[in-house]
Amino acid sequence: MQGSFTGLQTGIGQPLGILDGIPIAVKDNFNTAGIETTCASNMLKGYISPYNATVVQKLLDHGAVLLGKTNLDEFAMGSGSTDGVFGPVRNPWSYSKQYKEKSVPKSHSEEESDWVITGGSSGGSAAAVSSFTCFAALGSDTGGSTRNPAAHCGVVGLKPTYGLISRHGLIPLVNSMDVPGILTRCVDDAAVLLGSLAGHDPKDSTTIQDDFKPFELPNLTDVSKLSIGIPKEYHAPGLSSEILALWSKAADLFKNAGAKVVEVSLPHTRYSIVCYHVLCTAEVASNMARFDGLEYGHRSDMKDSTESMYAATRREGFNDVVRGRILSGNYFLLKQNYEKYFVKAQKVRRLIANDFVKVFRSGVDVLLTPTTLSDAAPYTEFIQEDNRTRSAQDDILTQAANMAGLPAINVPTALSERGLPVGLQFIGRSFQEKQLLTVAKWFEKQVQFPVIELEEVKRHDNGVFQHQKSASFS
Amino acid sequence: YLRIVGLEIHAQISSNSKLFSGSQVQFAAPPNSLVSFFDASLPGTLPVLNRRCVEAAVMTGLALNCSINKKSLFDRKHYFYADLPAGYQITQQRVPIAVNGSLSYSLCIDNKMSQMVTKTVRIKQIQLEQDSGKSLHDDTRCQTLVDLNRAGVGLMEVVMEPDMCCGEEAAAAVRELQLILQTLGSSQAVMAEGQLRVDANVSVHHPGEPYGVRTEVKNINSIRFLAKAVDYEIQRQIEELENGGTILNETRAFDSKLGCTVPMRDKEGKQDYRFMPEPNLPPLILYDTKSLPANMNHQQVINIDWIQERLPDLPSVKREKLVEQYGILPEHSFTLLNEDGLAEFFESVVKQTQMKPKKVIGWILNDLLSYLKQHSLTVKESPVSSILLADLLNLLEKKEISSTAAKRVLAELWKGEGKTPLEIVKEQKLELLQDQKELEQICQAVIDGQENEVIMMVLGTFCTVSPVAAAVAPQLLPTLLFCWAVAAAQMLPCGG
Repeated sequence: MQGSFTGLQTGIGQPLGILDGIPIAVKDNFNTAGIETTCASNMLKGYISPYNATVVQKLLDHGAVLLGKTNLDEFAMGSGSTDGVFGPVRNPWSYSKQYKEKSVPKSHSEEESDWVITGGSSGGSAAAVSSFTCFAALGSDTGGSTRNPAAHCGVVGLKPTYGLISRHGLIPLVNSMDVPGILTRCVDDAAVLLGSLAGHDPKDSTTIQDDFKPFELPNLTDVSKLSIGIPKEYHAPGLSSEILALWSKAADLFKNAGAKVVEVSLPHTRYSIVCYHVLCTAEVASNMARFDGLEYGHRSDMKDSTESMYAATRREGFNDVVRGRILSGNYFLLKQNYEKYFVKAQKVRRLIANDFVKVFRSGVDVLLTPTTLSDAAPYTEFIQEDNRTRSAQDDILTQAANMAGLPAINVPTALSERGLPVGLQFIGRSFQEKQLLTVAKWFEKQVQFPVIELEEVKRHDNGVFQHQKSASFS
Repeated sequence: YLRIVGLEIHAQISSNSKLFSGSQVQFAAPPNSLVSFFDASLPGTLPVLNRRCVEAAVMTGLALNCSINKKSLFDRKHYFYADLPAGYQITQQRVPIAVNGSLSYSLCIDNKMSQMVTKTVRIKQIQLEQDSGKSLHDDTRCQTLVDLNRAGVGLMEVVMEPDMCCGEEAAAAVRELQLILQTLGSSQAVMAEGQLRVDANVSVHHPGEPYGVRTEVKNINSIRFLAKAVDYEIQRQIEELENGGTILNETRAFDSKLGCTVPMRDKEGKQDYRFMPEPNLPPLILYDTKSLPANMNHQQVINIDWIQERLPDLPSVKREKLVEQYGILPEHSFTLLNEDGLAEFFESVVKQTQMKPKKVIGWILNDLLSYLKQHSLTVKESPVSSILLADLLNLLEKKEISSTAAKRVLAELWKGEGKTPLEIVKEQKLELLQDQKELEQICQAVIDGQENEVIMMVLGTFCTVSPVAAAVAPQLLPTLLFCWAVAAAQMLPCGG
């Protein structure tokens, strides 16, 4: 087993690398050599990848132990991690003392169905980190798929700048927006992982050429030179009053510590969801064209003709969400629609990106926004609406950072009234991860987010929870 | 009727590896033995642009007088087919690497090599794109076999504007392009190996009227067939229109056995390829000496000027040089370049012989070339090397043998038995007589000999290459004839 091999190495006295012996989980849309890579889809069930994604290889080269592949929404399409063929992911906080205390006493069967979602699409990875099964996990982030579940599961979720970390081996959703995401329990850990993963990859032509120097995060004490921007458009419809209050409190925290806190405007924010829908579905339609059952993956038994085999394979292999996006995407790419939709959306994308450029140019260092509209919904409630509706609702606060390629991070902030995690998001300048993470780390220290109290884990506690603070942010 | 012919030519780039992946490019390898993860479209793989392919396209663009776009883009062209693993081809639809060029080619008027006319066809663009795999349909077993060795190989698509008007022009233009590509080394352009594929767009219309509906003719496997296919299609369209019919905008295949074009099976109406920018490849930026940034790593960039400076002489330039340097005729230079290796052979012989190039060329084009053609050999396979031929021509030039004798020696050399020209001459006693006295002795012996033999010899001198005639140095020939004439006059009853 990988773990024992690493142990042998360390036994000899030479650590393999900075991640030597650290168990890390990887979202199942990253290729792992010799290990099933399914994207939670029937199309790739049983597909054994012959190569490692660059990020996976880097983790292994640094000595990490691959604990397992984590569950997700099928092909990373979704905001709940509820639409994969292996079933939905349960938020570990559903079983926490903090959540159980706040909920109305229920019968055992009611309790069983009362669990809340992790958010998505990297729900499995967030849950893995949140429940102490591993120290860190890889997710992916196209519209918020790392930050959203990070917020709901009370962990740090980092979306790096587009082009900083290689996508080679990450099965793509939207090539021009996807990034590998990092989920950890604290901001320092995220910085360590970033250091091992970032940098040019010749196998990915969209990574930047410049050398990346891993950094250690300074312990910021003086925020007086910092300028925090509060984009007013992120006071979105549907934002819970709880989160609004938390956001306001966080702004005050910075102000009271001496930072400059200003309201800013990103006027094209409200177009980002529609714009994302067009560009995302168009790329999905294109990226999914390779799944025809010929070379790998599921192949239907239909033998009448090549075309009918293709059609049957794709009908059987993809769920409704994927097929819906393929159909929409192909519609937008038709010759007669291309200018109206695709090109138009590209132009709007440019406007959205320019909003951020203008704001950062005006002297703002980092933006502070909510990550999600509310805390995690119960599964039974979440599935009342379809995937598309949910995605449109939930992506609204995270999506624009993907449009603009900017780095963004969710920092767990406080528990909601229901005892569930709520996080806040920081968005930084392109390739300024160091500054972004420094601010995030300062904030993390201020808020002292509580550790999850899981019965099962507590039983084996050997002082893990000793350092838990009594005063918490809320 | 005005005849309008345009061409789309796909030339396989001569490179070690494919356009976007590192797998090898090789003809006739075992099926699916040259397929990387990317070529097989395994999920998560990404394209990485091959520098050599870009250089090949730039070279070709410069040779065809194109403007090289310093920024060009890659796109995805979507359709489903068994030989297209990703469900899309990466090509350059919006902004290709080179545009607005021209190609000059020459035709013989009335099939006479002596009258050549130069024509020009405009090059619309050159784009880089991926080749597809190969699919073979096994109808008996109701299956399709797919070989992905070719999938992802780099292609240059050269689009020629419809400036041509018949099969001969199309063939000549393609032939010239083929020579250019082979000279540059950007493509080996061997049609038989699928390295050069030509699709023709053909339409007809009356002068003054708008352009007619065009058809696309595919599946043309040689330059000869190209001419045939285009001419057939033109005729077919004219006949159709004359009979009151209409031309369908369709794709037709050329059936080489029947010598006609037939509608291609099942093209499902017009395809919408849903073009989309290729998100995994940034724009391709090329530099010239002016725009090249100072601190740029030269391994990472392509300098157009640098490539321009290193372009070899193109066929048209080579021909001019041959004509100028050796005083041969233009049509000779065409034939020399048309045959792979022949020009080099010619120059090699010229270097090694005192015979004037103007005379050497005759031996090359008339004698050597016809031998090669008769036996279907290439210049490389010639049993007569340039050294041997040069030796032979030297003997001729030094008047040690006559030209008829030289032809006999060549025929002997052709057997490839390893003998030198001198050896053959000695063997067959083909040396020319230089000595006047010796000749008179022979003549006297002849005259003293039998009547019939003399008459035969007189006749023979004029009709065939006789050993005696061959053995006489040209300047002594009149003497010999005079002797025989005298002898004949003495023999025959009347002044014959």
